[in-house]
Amino acid sequence: MTTVSPAIGEGVSGISSVRDLVNEKLVLWHFMASLTYVMIAMLAGFLYALQLQQLYPFPGIELFSPGRWRMVHTNGVAYGFIANAFLGALHWAVPRLTLRRVLSVKLSWFIFAAWQVVVLSTVVGLLTGYAQAVEWGETPIFIDPLAVVGLILVAINFLTPILKSEGPMYVTLWYFIAAFVWTVLVYAMGNYIPQFFVGGVASGAIAGLFIHDLVGLFVTPLGWGLMYYFVPIILKKPIWSHGLSLVGFWGLAFFYPLNGIHHFLYSPIPMFLQYGAVIATIAVELVVTTVVVNFFMTLRHRGDALRTNLAIRWFYIGMVFYFMTCLQCAFQVSLTFQKIIHFTDWVVGHSHLVMFGVFGFWILGMMVHLLPRLLGATGWYRSSWNEWHFWLTGISMLVMFFDLMIAGLVQGFMWKDLAVWEATLTASAPFWLIRTFSGVAIIVGQFFFISNILMTAVYKRPAEPSTEPVDTSAIDPVVAT
Amino acid sequence: MFESKSGIFLIAGLFFFALSFVVMGLLPWLMYIDEPEQTMEDLVADGVIHEFVDLAERFPDRFAKYFPDGVTRTSFAAALKRGHEIYVAEACWHCHTQQIRPVSGEDLRWGPVSHAREYQNVLQRPVLFGTRRVGPDLIREGARHGNDWHIAHFHTPVSVVPTSVMPRYSWFYDEDDYPNRDGMSIITYVQWLGSWLAEYPYYRGEGPAGVELGATDIITDAMVTP
Repeated sequence: MTTVSPAIGEGVSGISSVRDLVNEKLVLWHFMASLTYVMIAMLAGFLYALQLQQLYPFPGIELFSPGRWRMVHTNGVAYGFIANAFLGALHWAVPRLTLRRVLSVKLSWFIFAAWQVVVLSTVVGLLTGYAQAVEWGETPIFIDPLAVVGLILVAINFLTPILKSEGPMYVTLWYFIAAFVWTVLVYAMGNYIPQFFVGGVASGAIAGLFIHDLVGLFVTPLGWGLMYYFVPIILKKPIWSHGLSLVGFWGLAFFYPLNGIHHFLYSPIPMFLQYGAVIATIAVELVVTTVVVNFFMTLRHRGDALRTNLAIRWFYIGMVFYFMTCLQCAFQVSLTFQKIIHFTDWVVGHSHLVMFGVFGFWILGMMVHLLPRLLGATGWYRSSWNEWHFWLTGISMLVMFFDLMIAGLVQGFMWKDLAVWEATLTASAPFWLIRTFSGVAIIVGQFFFISNILMTAVYKRPAEPSTEPVDTSAIDPVVAT
Repeated sequence: MFESKSGIFLIAGLFFFALSFVVMGLLPWLMYIDEPEQTMEDLVADGVIHEFVDLAERFPDRFAKYFPDGVTRTSFAAALKRGHEIYVAEACWHCHTQQIRPVSGEDLRWGPVSHAREYQNVLQRPVLFGTRRVGPDLIREGARHGNDWHIAHFHTPVSVVPTSVMPRYSWFYDEDDYPNRDGMSIITYVQWLGSWLAEYPYYRGEGPAGVELGATDIITDAMVTP
């Protein structure tokens, strides 16, 4: 299925087809690495869930210390799963949007290798006891320099084609430019300042800013940038409102970074700063609403795509979840809610819905969309397995979210009522059991997906002829600038 | 400007980030700039905690092996430092907070509300506020339980708290199931938490029988008046 896009080379010397622009092997390898890490991270999460059931299979073994595996879970998701998948998707999207190759494919492969070294040595470092006390920045101190260099190289590699491109920039590239700058700054800030420059309360403020910016200035802009790219291309219609796109981008850029301290409300950090963070967080919810409205208006008259196109379904359920988490956030950030839900499983449910229910789902959607092409196949081996993957993952994610949310309320009110501490554990046990089962169902869902990838890679064609016409034009359309 | 490369790079990328850092990071930083961070020497200046002496009394041979200096400020500082390393390495702070909030009756459950000054020391770099409370808060944990309780608890938590979901930390113990250097260090660290309070240890009665407490053995000067 070699598709040559007719209009792609015009005006750019030396590039006659999209094959010259995009190194699809890079996309594929990043996606495979991403899937490998998500399975490791989910296994780590499962192990930790077993610990909360008092059923840990490897008790008393240092390398299997559950606390260490919890860090493998969170860091594996952020740096292994999400970062790898985004790097792959960037390699797909940036050259198409700029009509230029990345700075150097050799550099790309070096980044690929270096990033796997970063993630693997992080896993090894965490398991052997070299964690750093920064949430989501537990990456051992001696790995941080390599990670920063890697992120700078990523920025250079992708910013070169973007800055060289001519004419007006598409929305996606606004998000990407900002994300490349932010990610380097955020990572360096969070991993260095609280460790080497300031301790105490101020280091808490900066660590809170880091946790928040990692989601808001690295994952969110890259995720939304890719949505602005993939959704119109698959739906074959432009984004509904350019004005709302502008509001969404600039609103995020201004308000999102001002939220850091909301992670430590009622802490010794000065109260006026806490109030500021609360107000900025509620402002983010308003911004998010404009973006979500923009995307749902884009879907208008094309609602059938939710049924016929699985990638669109992953994307839009992710957007529904995104709106849910942000709406939840606008409430949970209030001091009233904080009295009860801070430190409870409510927050754990929130972070699962954000990182997996939103960005994980978008990544899975992109993979569903691109992998047959990347594997050189004419279609998925079994689309029914992809349906199983979608429904198992989607329903289990919702179950886990509501389960942990209710668990958080139970815990918070029991604490407030000064219940004996152990009683709050007993009360949490049924919720933790449901969480374990929903997690297992998510893992089973991923096995459907991975089996499908393997079979597609081997057979290169669907197992049974599809009743639906295969729409190949959506995958490689004319690039609009 | 709003759609140009330089506008996005400079305003959104650099300026808005810098602004947020000033407001959300630099401002709290500057507010505590006159509150010097205590060094390890400062932390042990008033002497060692009673529980550290108790470890030496309980396990004289092993203690002498792990802390050849004996019960000194230097040994105490070494134990605290190692205990803090373990606390971070095992991510204890993912399930235990070190922060008493002024709401939800937390001061009734654990003791005085946390004060910014309590965190201005090298063992709060980065700060260990915590993020989730599966187990109880620990910032007032010092002397709440005896060393014997902690020795049993770190080894097999359910032996003392049947509903506990805390992992077992067998590698804090030697082959005879006595606490090793790491075990003594983490116990010392946990027993130290909150020992700087004026009313410390207000929830403890008399010291264990048979232990002579020298004048320098206990932190008597309050570093914090809550």
